[in-house]
Amino acid sequence: MRHIISILMENESGALSRVAGLFSARGYNIESLNVAPTHDPTLSRMTLVTHGNEAIMEQIVKQLNKLIDVVKLMELEEAPAVERELMLIKLRADGEAREEVKRLSDIFRGRILDVTNKIYTIELTGTSDKLDAFVEAVGESRILEVVRSGAMGIARGERVLRA
Amino acid sequence: MEMTGAEIFVRCLKEEGVDILFGYPGGAVLHIYDALYQQKDVSHVLVRHEQGAVHAAEGYAKSTGRVGVALVTSGPGATNAVTGIADAYMDSVPMVVFTGQVPTSLIGNDAFQETDSIGITRPIVKHNFLVKDVADLAATIKKAFYIASTGRPGPVVVDLPKDVTAARGPFKYPKSVHLRSYKPTVKGHPGQIKRAFDLIIKAERPIIYAGGGVILGKAADELTRFAKTLGYPVTNTLMGLGGFPGSDSQFLGMLGMHGTYEANMAMHHADVVIAVGARFDDRVTGNVEKFCPHAKIVHMDVDPASISKTVKVDVPIVGEVKEILKDLLVLLHDSGKKPNASALQNWWKQIEEWRALECLKYDRDSELIKPQFVIERLHALTGGDAYVTSDVGQHQMWTAQYYKFDKPNRWINSGGLGTMGVGLPYAMGVQMAHPDETVICVTGEGSIQMCIQELSTCLQYGLPLKVVLLNNRYLGMVRQWQEFFYQGRYAMSYMDALPDFVKLAEAYGHIGMRIQHPQDVDGALKEALSMNDRLVFMDFITDERENVYPMIPAGAGQNEMILI
Repeated sequence: MRHIISILMENESGALSRVAGLFSARGYNIESLNVAPTHDPTLSRMTLVTHGNEAIMEQIVKQLNKLIDVVKLMELEEAPAVERELMLIKLRADGEAREEVKRLSDIFRGRILDVTNKIYTIELTGTSDKLDAFVEAVGESRILEVVRSGAMGIARGERVLRA
Repeated sequence: MEMTGAEIFVRCLKEEGVDILFGYPGGAVLHIYDALYQQKDVSHVLVRHEQGAVHAAEGYAKSTGRVGVALVTSGPGATNAVTGIADAYMDSVPMVVFTGQVPTSLIGNDAFQETDSIGITRPIVKHNFLVKDVADLAATIKKAFYIASTGRPGPVVVDLPKDVTAARGPFKYPKSVHLRSYKPTVKGHPGQIKRAFDLIIKAERPIIYAGGGVILGKAADELTRFAKTLGYPVTNTLMGLGGFPGSDSQFLGMLGMHGTYEANMAMHHADVVIAVGARFDDRVTGNVEKFCPHAKIVHMDVDPASISKTVKVDVPIVGEVKEILKDLLVLLHDSGKKPNASALQNWWKQIEEWRALECLKYDRDSELIKPQFVIERLHALTGGDAYVTSDVGQHQMWTAQYYKFDKPNRWINSGGLGTMGVGLPYAMGVQMAHPDETVICVTGEGSIQMCIQELSTCLQYGLPLKVVLLNNRYLGMVRQWQEFFYQGRYAMSYMDALPDFVKLAEAYGHIGMRIQHPQDVDGALKEALSMNDRLVFMDFITDERENVYPMIPAGAGQNEMILI
């Protein structure tokens, strides 16, 4: 099952490789990983998407907590949460398809960032599922380039992750 | 007060109470060696290979419970230390290893003797630090010792670029450490302790399964009182030996792959397993599907990640085992509750039947020296009170089985990583920490050759170790598996062209003995043990066909042992 883990960690060189190294050393899977400093520059916030059964997730959480650089973490789906991912996608948009691509982008609430007479570059946000659906809808043959941020998440309501 | 990084380094060690440092000099650590030369508080032991330094620091730590310290240079110095660091990580040894590094301006330039020590050691340390500024040096060293010695102990590497050790900076040693991301649990949760107590007190077929956490957590007294008060049987893991008196009638011996029949059968049939500072290692559990099928399991451990890692437990308690056992003893006392006497009586009756099988018996009439006999005699002639290190293989298992350790920190071996070559350098560290005690290294002719150069260190520092070499001319454990599971195809397990160990010991300036007949074993051991000021290397020519029994084959359950 897919799980999203939000991790607050020391903003120090090496912290990211400790997390990545832990996953590869113990054979855990990383679907996506997103990290950047927070408003407190001594801390970074990472969102990590992984797969595993209950026993594996228990170990992942425990092993992450053991890392000295990990300050706190949260399994996002344990309570209501919002998930977002950003995608930048460059599509061939010429001839008859030009209108169709624009229409699809509108349906998915995309923003066209850059235009040439043959190409649209579109920004899309949403759950990872929604972005997958857009990629499917435009079709492989139109896609020139895809950049995705990996999922980010935050809990709804009062629940916060802070040091 | 301002001083150089190298001087700060030495002062920090002094502040941490470090009396001995094991190391090997090189370009990147020359400033540090210069500072060490000009003081008397910290003595330095010069090994012959960096691996020896780290293992010696481990031996020091394992036999004292204090933090072991090693110092090596950059590049090959650091890579040679890697095996020892991994060994310490697997056995949770409190240790700080300082590695020299090229100057900060050269890091990343493929400089001479540069290696990414932080990157290489990252998966095998509890934590590591690269010190880039002399102003951070003292606080980093303080953190390193704190992290290494608290919670579940482990090795910490501190990488010291050469310019940082030359730069001048302020020296102020922090009194305490605060890390917002690291707060090991000390006391167990009272609710969990109560739940555990209710399960423990009602048990009909209980067993206490105690591991290395009891030794590391300095909880042998509490464990012994706990077990004695309840009257429950105790088994120890390889790393836990000495955590409960080995000569006590409540002790069933070691459990696991080469554990006793009674210990493994008791685990298999138990209704309550009380795991104390043990981690359900695969060499203990055998096939986890068949592990303790009838038992509710209580697991106390300072490391939450050890709980339910391989075997799902019923009552987990996170905390220092010493504190949890104390709390359980208070509950036991205050509640006035007593164990189920009649059930316990039946349980002991059953255990005695298993014990009557005498699974550790061997041929005592053999004309060849049986390795088990050497260990038994060693135990008798040292009064069971020596510090004993071993290498890895058959001799390690025989020592664990036949030397009945009554006290903690006496049995020093490589359990997790299973590192051949550790025995001699471990023993150096142990002897350095305990100059007046008898320190014995039990080894094999394969293992001893992996760090044999340290015999030279032993001469330099006058370490009167007693090396007991059980020489069967084979990599015995490999040979045993090849005999059992590969139809006797002994691929590369025969140690051809062995050196003359007597002459080799003599060449290193020690006393060598060769013992070829069972009737000579006692005399040789007595003579060696009487020489308090010399290292004696005893080459026991043992039965090459002897195997370690009993044995749980890989994939089998605890009740499926191969007996002799």
